[in-house]
Amino acid sequence: MTTKLFGTKVPRVEDQRFLRGQGRYVDDLLTDDPRLLHSAVLRSPHAHARILDIDVSDVLDVEGVLAVWTWEDLTGPMAEPLPLLIPHPTLTHGRTQYALAKDEVNYVGEAIAFVVAVDRYVAEDAVSRIRVDYEHLEPVVGIAAARAATRTVHDDVPDNVGARMEQENGDARAAIAAAPHTLTLELDVERSACTPMEGRGTVARWDPDTSRLTVWSSTQTSTGVRGCVAAKLGLDLAKVDVITPDVGGGFGVKINHPWPEELLVPLAAMTLGRPVKFTEDRREHFISSAHERAQQHHVEVGFDDDGRLLGLDVEFWHDHGAYTPYGLIVPIITSTQLLGPYKPQNYRVVFESLYTNTVIVTPYRGAGRPQGCFVMERTMDAIAAYLGKDRTEVRSTNFIQPDEFPFEHGLVFQDGRELTYDSGDYPASLVKLKELVGWDEFEDFRAEMAAQGRRVGIGLACYVEGTGVGPYEGAHVHIETSGRVKVATGLTTQGQGHQTAFAQIVADTLGVRFEDVEITTGDTRKMPYAVGTFASRAAVMSGSAIHLAALRAKEKALRIAAEALEASEDDLEIADGVVSVRGTDTSVDLGTVAVLSNPLRYAFDEASKAATQFSVGDPGKPPVAEDDEPGLEGKDFYSPERSTFASGMHAVIVETDPDTAEITILKYAVVHDCGHLINPMIVEGQIHGGVAQGVGGALYERMAYDESGQLLNASFMDFLMPYVTEVPTTIDIDHLETPSPLNPLGIKGAGEAGVIPSAAVFAAAIEDAEGFPIAAMPISPSELFALRLAHADTPAEAIAEETR
Amino acid sequence: MTSEKLHDVRLHVNGSVHEVRVPARRLLSDALRHDCGLTGTHVGCEHGVCGACTILVDGAPVRSCLMFAVSAVDAEITTVEGLTEADGSLSPVQQAFSDCHGLQCGFCTPGFLTTITAGLRDNPDPSEDEAREMIAGNLCRCTGYQNIVKSVLRASQIQGGTKGEMQGEIQEERG
Ligand code: FES
Ligand code: FES
Repeated sequence: MTTKLFGTKVPRVEDQRFLRGQGRYVDDLLTDDPRLLHSAVLRSPHAHARILDIDVSDVLDVEGVLAVWTWEDLTGPMAEPLPLLIPHPTLTHGRTQYALAKDEVNYVGEAIAFVVAVDRYVAEDAVSRIRVDYEHLEPVVGIAAARAATRTVHDDVPDNVGARMEQENGDARAAIAAAPHTLTLELDVERSACTPMEGRGTVARWDPDTSRLTVWSSTQTSTGVRGCVAAKLGLDLAKVDVITPDVGGGFGVKINHPWPEELLVPLAAMTLGRPVKFTEDRREHFISSAHERAQQHHVEVGFDDDGRLLGLDVEFWHDHGAYTPYGLIVPIITSTQLLGPYKPQNYRVVFESLYTNTVIVTPYRGAGRPQGCFVMERTMDAIAAYLGKDRTEVRSTNFIQPDEFPFEHGLVFQDGRELTYDSGDYPASLVKLKELVGWDEFEDFRAEMAAQGRRVGIGLACYVEGTGVGPYEGAHVHIETSGRVKVATGLTTQGQGHQTAFAQIVADTLGVRFEDVEITTGDTRKMPYAVGTFASRAAVMSGSAIHLAALRAKEKALRIAAEALEASEDDLEIADGVVSVRGTDTSVDLGTVAVLSNPLRYAFDEASKAATQFSVGDPGKPPVAEDDEPGLEGKDFYSPERSTFASGMHAVIVETDPDTAEITILKYAVVHDCGHLINPMIVEGQIHGGVAQGVGGALYERMAYDESGQLLNASFMDFLMPYVTEVPTTIDIDHLETPSPLNPLGIKGAGEAGVIPSAAVFAAAIEDAEGFPIAAMPISPSELFALRLAHADTPAEAIAEETR
Repeated sequence: MTSEKLHDVRLHVNGSVHEVRVPARRLLSDALRHDCGLTGTHVGCEHGVCGACTILVDGAPVRSCLMFAVSAVDAEITTVEGLTEADGSLSPVQQAFSDCHGLQCGFCTPGFLTTITAGLRDNPDPSEDEAREMIAGNLCRCTGYQNIVKSVLRASQIQGGTKGEMQGEIQEERG
């Protein structure tokens, strides 16, 4: 092949339609269908209440309203609770909500009634005319209230504990008791949320002529939605198609399924015989989609004079909201991934996953890792401060060394597999990071700034990210007679540039022009076997599957071409869509090979004329050999034995304003190792985006629930997401490539890394600037100001002595 | 409930006329998307904060979720669909976004494109700080903005701007 695309900054093909306003997101679909109906949802205004009566009698009087559903109207599986998607033996008290609330509501925003009308305005008018009688119950809001358990969210869940899980490797408590030094830390992280710019959306159309249901959803898993819709509506799987068109960002929240609307919209479409759409508005997204991050941690650590970990004992409490549809994924990840690049020798972790009367929790970019990284890196910084050592030195002492891979932690990871790291080189990353951020020169810079009356601090944080979790992904590659290559993979895309990155892989593997490759994602008609796009798994899983499928197509192409060219397969090569005999000018186009692969009875164009059974093949043999099939295609699946572990380190230099306590980012540096990079431009874009979300989570974003369970900041006016003015102006990035031995392309995931170390790295830098410990994130200027007042009694120098 | 009074409204969008019949409360964003079929304009918040729905009204950037369709009569509206050149090629701002990887999911992008198109008309040769200022009212959840700032400077360059500080870097990026 002429040029290798893998590893190069190929501009994205999807940009063309996005830039012209021709993207197709769910709400853009069927807009010119006059039969399209719209829906709106009545949501609970109360965090905890019993529903005594719902009166919908005024609703159908509204002109333009076609139907209203409450739980009473649901039958069969639709009247049962929604599925618990990821059960786990320790989730002893899993609970899920109903598509429409039955008897009780457990968070502000819980769906109670569903109205379908000619447009959304009218549907909302109708919703406002539904009257509900409630009996108010005391809500449980926040981890402290959940732990206190003076009242419960669910009557039948004692002490609000949905799950308690413990893992241990070695004997952490004994090791800590025997250690020369010990420290105890209390560390808190608040709730935040994915908040993609496009909310959730579903459109459904029932076709009575073919008895098929088509559902479009802005989901991160079209096969998951398909399975749920079929099961809940009592349809054969074969009757349901789910298509995920362009999606305006996901970051985790769109992996939960089915959302009530993903079932109610198809139900309405089938019942009313007209297409129906639901588009979530921003307030709905805040109160009825999902949040993440809220956890409280208690750490006990024992270490030696070098800062080497001897024992680590972590206990934490996870706020999973009112229901547990997504199981324990987030706290399991925290409990395992907080180990980062270190080997604590003796480790015990126990968590409780708690019910609160707030919206559910599902994974948000990083999924439990930002909290884990915060816990471990705060611990590292505390050890360094205690021993008076450089923070990088303590980390180096504890790193897993490059010759120790594969490294087994003796724990079970979120995929139910052993927590085993495949590859990495953490010492090399640290060398790069120190260089990039100017770690060794920082004290000079601090002095220089201090002379100007300015206060600065530096921090770093290291992480490891289990990416590319199974169980599998698949791909289908079809070379058409035109020579164009159609590729389908089942997982979805939310802006990660899959159409470009996957086409790069196909172009290289198959030897075709990049322009000739077209990728389809998230369409169950084209690839009904798939899992979804989450956990930085798309490149690893579908990338590998596409590579394997393209190899199969290539094998077949070479076999047929060898026959046609009367050459040995070993002498053939494919470049730019042409198969040729190496070193000669004998060649055949791949399109022609596709023609030869499929003996036809009927001719409908020039290519097919060449393929009729009278033109191809040996008349003495059957047109399709016994062990063959027509067409130039390849299909394959990739299913790894376990996750692959990407890693990285971030460092930041901040300035804190001596008067206002405002926090300004002066420098941000990233060293990142995701194995081989398919498209470095896309990977860097992922890092930029991750860092911005991390800055938000560390400094601004929090879900401000009041004690009655009302979310006070459910709008972009009040929930502070970073604008361009809040992010680092530049991010210095350096890559390290330790390929994964687990997949054919040596890649690891890159989607979430940027956000994992943010809380930790900002806490470290602010602590370094201020000279007192930072133990809770996010931190606002007013909180920093309050901390200053609290520490005012101790002269800053004295604290600095103590903690640095 | 009695039916809502409807208004016949003539919208001038991207050089074409759209006759729509809408209630007085219909947002301009909804009218453009659902009545005119111009779904390039996106709605991210419907409360005027994210900037995704930004369009040009008589050349000035306006949040179409904060305007009623009935109040847009007589105005010359440009949406993202109208930014593309007559021959179908990308405008300098659109091209710059493609060059600099200024978008990921593309949902916020139309609002940025219109905002920057107007911004560069007022200030064709922005400094990096001015470029940042230009996009400071638009939210993007994917890109982290660094590449959007680059896109502003790159667009200015394509249009003949002289502040070429970013040029070296961009060309190196493009490899
Ligand atoms: S949708 Fe108009 S500003 Fe957000
Ligand atoms: S590119 Fe996704 S929100 Fe900006």
